Amino acid sequence: MNGLYDSQRAMRNMRKAAMQRGVVAVLDVGSSKIACLVLRFDGTDKLAAMDGVGPMAGQTGFRVIGAATTRSRGVRFGEISAMQETERAIRTAVQAAQKMAQIRVDHVIACFSGAEPRSYGLDGAIDLEGHVVTEQDVARALAACDLPDYGEGREVVHAQPVNFALDHRSGLGDPRGQMGQQLTCDMHMLTVDAAAVENLLHCVKRCDLELAGIASSSYVSGLSALVEDEQELGAACIDMGGGATGLSIFMKKHMIYADAVRMGGEHVTGDISMGLQVPTATAERIKTFYGGVVATGMDDREMIELEGDTGDWEHDRRTVSRAELIGIMRPRVEEILEEVRARLDAAGFEYLPSQQIVLTGGGSQIPGLDGLASRILGQQVRLGRPMRVHGLPQAATGPGFASAVGMCLFATHPQDEWWDFDLPVERYPVRSLRRAVRWFRDNW
Amino acid sequence: MQQVSPPRSDPAPSRWAYRFQRLMLTPLFRFALRVAVPFALAFGAAGLWLSDADRRDRIVLAIADIRTSIQSRPEFMVDLMEINGASPDVSGTIREIVPIDFPRSSFDLDLAQIREQVMALPAISAASVRIRPGGVLRVDVTERVPVILWRTAAGLDLVDVDGVVVARAAGRSAHGPLPIMAGKGAAAHVDEALALFSAGEPLSDRLRGLERIGERRWDVVLDRGQRILLPERGAVQALERVIVLAEGQDMLDRDLVIVDMRLPERPTVRIAERAVQDWWKLRKLSARSNDL
Repeated sequence: MNGLYDSQRAMRNMRKAAMQRGVVAVLDVGSSKIACLVLRFDGTDKLAAMDGVGPMAGQTGFRVIGAATTRSRGVRFGEISAMQETERAIRTAVQAAQKMAQIRVDHVIACFSGAEPRSYGLDGAIDLEGHVVTEQDVARALAACDLPDYGEGREVVHAQPVNFALDHRSGLGDPRGQMGQQLTCDMHMLTVDAAAVENLLHCVKRCDLELAGIASSSYVSGLSALVEDEQELGAACIDMGGGATGLSIFMKKHMIYADAVRMGGEHVTGDISMGLQVPTATAERIKTFYGGVVATGMDDREMIELEGDTGDWEHDRRTVSRAELIGIMRPRVEEILEEVRARLDAAGFEYLPSQQIVLTGGGSQIPGLDGLASRILGQQVRLGRPMRVHGLPQAATGPGFASAVGMCLFATHPQDEWWDFDLPVERYPVRSLRRAVRWFRDNW
Repeated sequence: MQQVSPPRSDPAPSRWAYRFQRLMLTPLFRFALRVAVPFALAFGAAGLWLSDADRRDRIVLAIADIRTSIQSRPEFMVDLMEINGASPDVSGTIREIVPIDFPRSSFDLDLAQIREQVMALPAISAASVRIRPGGVLRVDVTERVPVILWRTAAGLDLVDVDGVVVARAAGRSAHGPLPIMAGKGAAAHVDEALALFSAGEPLSDRLRGLERIGERRWDVVLDRGQRILLPERGAVQALERVIVLAEGQDMLDRDLVIVDMRLPERPTVRIAERAVQDWWKLRKLSARSNDL
């Protein structure tokens, strides 16, 4: 546990150093594309003095000065499966973004969607030593959370305190300075496969970059695609990526659950490729141009030409109606959504006060998806796009960039995590001395 | 119906290309490449080229040639010297002590030094030297005007108002109208001497000259060996008193040798030896006639 604490703190310090230098890159390692944005921080403290939340929701402290995407290679199900290929793809994206930004980037914050994220809810309680909650007490409360056995070869990526309760008052965001006897905290912890993190770290190192933070893409796409009241009242963000579909549930502006389904747009493409006997690249193009999930009578008459260069005239001149294409795509999309539904049910999503569901990610651009999703997931479904940030090129504003934009927010306004608090002082002499002082104060 | 085309290829850069691009985006490296390298190259090339002594000499020679060709242009040449405000013999002296062989470039003329040389002449009180357009070196001088003659053991000198010896006088007769003075240290009090001469105007037909006595006071020397001894202070007033006496009582026409005015409250007269004896003789005669 201490090793994790230290490595995460080291990453946090590196991120601070990068923000002081003013330039940091965010890297979204996805299964279908790798996106790299270069952020420049200018005057982050300018708006700190302002009361309330400004029109840009406080996101004016940075600017995107470079953006690049490249076709992903060697990433499957949101995990790195071929290191060399992935390293080359990262290099391509970083080089193009650097070229656009005309600046050299040394620190990178990366996110990935796969690696089997698992959520744990922890809670801990302590008796306060004084009557006022101090930062040290918060740290002690966090340390008092009993850690579940999350298994060998897993690594914690997020451990965020989501709720504090003081005696019988719950729902405190910041208990410091309040009076009470007993402090209870709830923490949300997300673990992923350690091997995936190691692989990513290695790839980034091979590109002469320093990894200044990692995040789960389900979390960061929720940060950018959910609007503020959705985050506050409770909502689920479903990020339909290429190789994995991430889902995250937000409540009171904290992520309380995250998971990923190991199915995504590439499986739809694979189905088309197999069903229509066309290469994968062609299947991808057909999907993006003609894809859909709700067939109408018009679709029976719209024919799609399937080109081929096999030399067999009959094979190369085939056509297929759009209704057939939809007939191939729909079962797979339904399967993905039903799997998501199962995960949401397992997480107890139906008990939340508000059950808004936001679909984002590249897969959410399938026409008619919102109708299908509302039949499977519930009535309150909308399609989400990432929020606007300064300097983002038009090409990078689509829902496919939800996690990249979310990474920007994550980099500039990180939430408190467990390792941001100092380790509690648990050494015996200090405690006994405190006890002595307390005894004197109580009895004299 | 739309044609479906394969996706465009997106080749990854090689590791070295990637590193090179990052290096080129490093600010310090770019600065070095933009400033330090050209500077070092230019400096090194120039240093290498100049390290040959022959080349250096040639460059120096070429610069000197250009310099000479500019300096010897006719616009800068000085052809003659014009001396203004000097008598012919003084201007001859100036030409002698400033030996410039014309034509000469004006860059080679040190006007300040020429002026110093001219000013060193005793006969000249002020001088200005400049080069006039048209290649003329013009020397404007103001000569010292001799106002008095000064007889010393060495001879007769011409002295101006400031007491500077201008020249050796040819003789007393050559400078007829000038008054004459003598004595050591007389040159330092020329203005007082001139004042005495103007005060002694009524005596001018008898006045021979002034003599400085003991470097502190003046004697007026008249013909027939008469002298007027003047005090250190108020010499002019003392002389005027003597003149009044001379006009009123014909004092100087009598047989006096010395009128001593050194003590203003007790003027003294010395009578000539022979006159004293005559006077005594007369007193005896008159006493005898009274006895008779």
